[in-house]
Amino acid sequence: MSYIKAENLTKEYGTGELAVTAVGNANFEIDAGEFVAIMGESGSGKSTLLSILGTLNSPTSGRLMVNDRDVYRLSQDERADFRRQSVGFVFQNFNLLSYLTLLENVMLPLATLKAKKKDKQMMAYKALERVGLGEKVKRLPGQISGGEQERVAIARAIVNKPPILLADEPTGNLDTRTGKLIMDFLRSLNEEGITIVMVTHSMEYSNFARRILRMSDGMLVQ
Amino acid sequence: MTLRDIAVNNLRRRKTRALFVLAGLLIGVTTVVTLLTLVNAMKNDINHKLEMYGANILIVPKTENLSLTYGGLSLGGVSFEMQEIKEEELEKIKDIKNAANVAAVGPMVLGPVTINDRRLLLAGVDFQMLQMLRPWWNIKGKAPEDENVILGSEAARVLGLANGSKFTMNGKEFGVSGVLEVTGSQDDGLVFAPLATAQSLLGKEGQISMAEVAALCSGCPIEEMVRQITEILPGANVMGIQQVVKGRMETLNHFQKFSYGVSALVLFVGSLMVLVTMMGSVRERTTEIGIFRAMGFRKGHVMHIIFLEAGIIAGIAGILGYVLGFAFTRILIPLFTESNHGHGVAVPFDPIMAGIAFALAIAIGLAASIYPALMASRLDPNEALRAL
Repeated sequence: MSYIKAENLTKEYGTGELAVTAVGNANFEIDAGEFVAIMGESGSGKSTLLSILGTLNSPTSGRLMVNDRDVYRLSQDERADFRRQSVGFVFQNFNLLSYLTLLENVMLPLATLKAKKKDKQMMAYKALERVGLGEKVKRLPGQISGGEQERVAIARAIVNKPPILLADEPTGNLDTRTGKLIMDFLRSLNEEGITIVMVTHSMEYSNFARRILRMSDGMLVQ
Repeated sequence: MTLRDIAVNNLRRRKTRALFVLAGLLIGVTTVVTLLTLVNAMKNDINHKLEMYGANILIVPKTENLSLTYGGLSLGGVSFEMQEIKEEELEKIKDIKNAANVAAVGPMVLGPVTINDRRLLLAGVDFQMLQMLRPWWNIKGKAPEDENVILGSEAARVLGLANGSKFTMNGKEFGVSGVLEVTGSQDDGLVFAPLATAQSLLGKEGQISMAEVAALCSGCPIEEMVRQITEILPGANVMGIQQVVKGRMETLNHFQKFSYGVSALVLFVGSLMVLVTMMGSVRERTTEIGIFRAMGFRKGHVMHIIFLEAGIIAGIAGILGYVLGFAFTRILIPLFTESNHGHGVAVPFDPIMAGIAFALAIAIGLAASIYPALMASRLDPNEALRAL
């Protein structure tokens, strides 16, 4: 039984003759606990597809079923709830807030949670400890390396234990050694049951995935 | 980390913007507090002066005879040959419901007398009560006793009499114990003698022509007191002196309306400052808001953050605005009042005004933030993140 099911997903920008198809008629299924890599050249539509999977970008047509729910038929607030409860994002450029400490950055997804501050701090601390940054919780993002920032971004994505992790070029800004460490960590998360969909350029890192979806000019080619 | 922490963090990080919003609200609230407190203080000042003005209720006999103008006020039917009020009836005033508000009751007997072949009006008064009823009187000399009188400035000039002079009035010898400085009222042309002396001279023992009542009217209803006195003195015509009061209150009411207008204008400009600054702040934080939305913040959560920021600043503006407005009023009050160069006018801490200032600041701060908050909540998270 597929956990994520895309049916004729299409995303077009512009209208009429000027319309550009970023994603065209994408049909695929992803099982719960799968690790899928989306590969393709720059501008092939892989990041657009990832944002559609994360309910950040409404498709022009088609349907996205997650756990048997048509997520784009949900209201905007329900979609926000879905993201909060079910999806963790790891952005290519980390998107950490520079004025918050690492602990506060990781606590952000918990901000709307009705829980004691101490409990939230503990959850964030555990997530940071998990990525090996338990000693640096009070530092600001600007005071740590790029690889460490990536790990903070992952800690933030998993702090509320979502079943789906979407990663956009998680190793794009990292050197090979650090990139491999991040990929090892993603694989360990996947082994714990988290469904991971990752966009990457790298053939080497795509091998960490169990399945690869290739895109070219907005179309899934494999 | 809570939504409040995010809002407070943002205020700390964007101090200049926060200060700009604060300034916009602060100017508005301070202006409102200053103007309204000033108007209240001026009203209190006028009430205080009314108490100082002396008589504000007149009691005259009911009559169909000639009207007499006194001090620019129409007193109804007072004439030389009219029926009089019994002096003892004035005692009843002590029994009215608002008797505690009566500061002084000054009986007066009026009658024509002849001095040096000239006809003048003699007023028999209670000089002890007159100190309260005519606090503006300056007598060169002293209050008369028994066979002495004081003369109005004009009467003294016409009669050619001065302090210490002797003269004959209705065939009886009197001395001048004092002369009134110019008052600009009808008092200048009168001869004043002690009540009993005048009653005896005019053959009106136990009778009075009119009475003046000084009521401490700050908070006491003059119309109500007039009604109560009328009830106990059915044969008298009781009138409240309100012309001066009404004139001054009218001027004050115009100033009050002007103050409301200025306040509304300043508050409008202040709210525009808040609106523009908050919109700038939202635009500046497009990416941040995109991250929040990607993490599952609802539109309401984003609006909550914006409103919290505006609310915190507005709350501070409300408190500071009241304190500044209060201070400005104390500085400005001497320029707007005359009593003792303003030093005598109290500007007390007003918890209601403080509450109004706080509520007003919060209301304006939040109202001006509705559009920026909506703008922030409607940001497309995908577009926001693409702006990176």
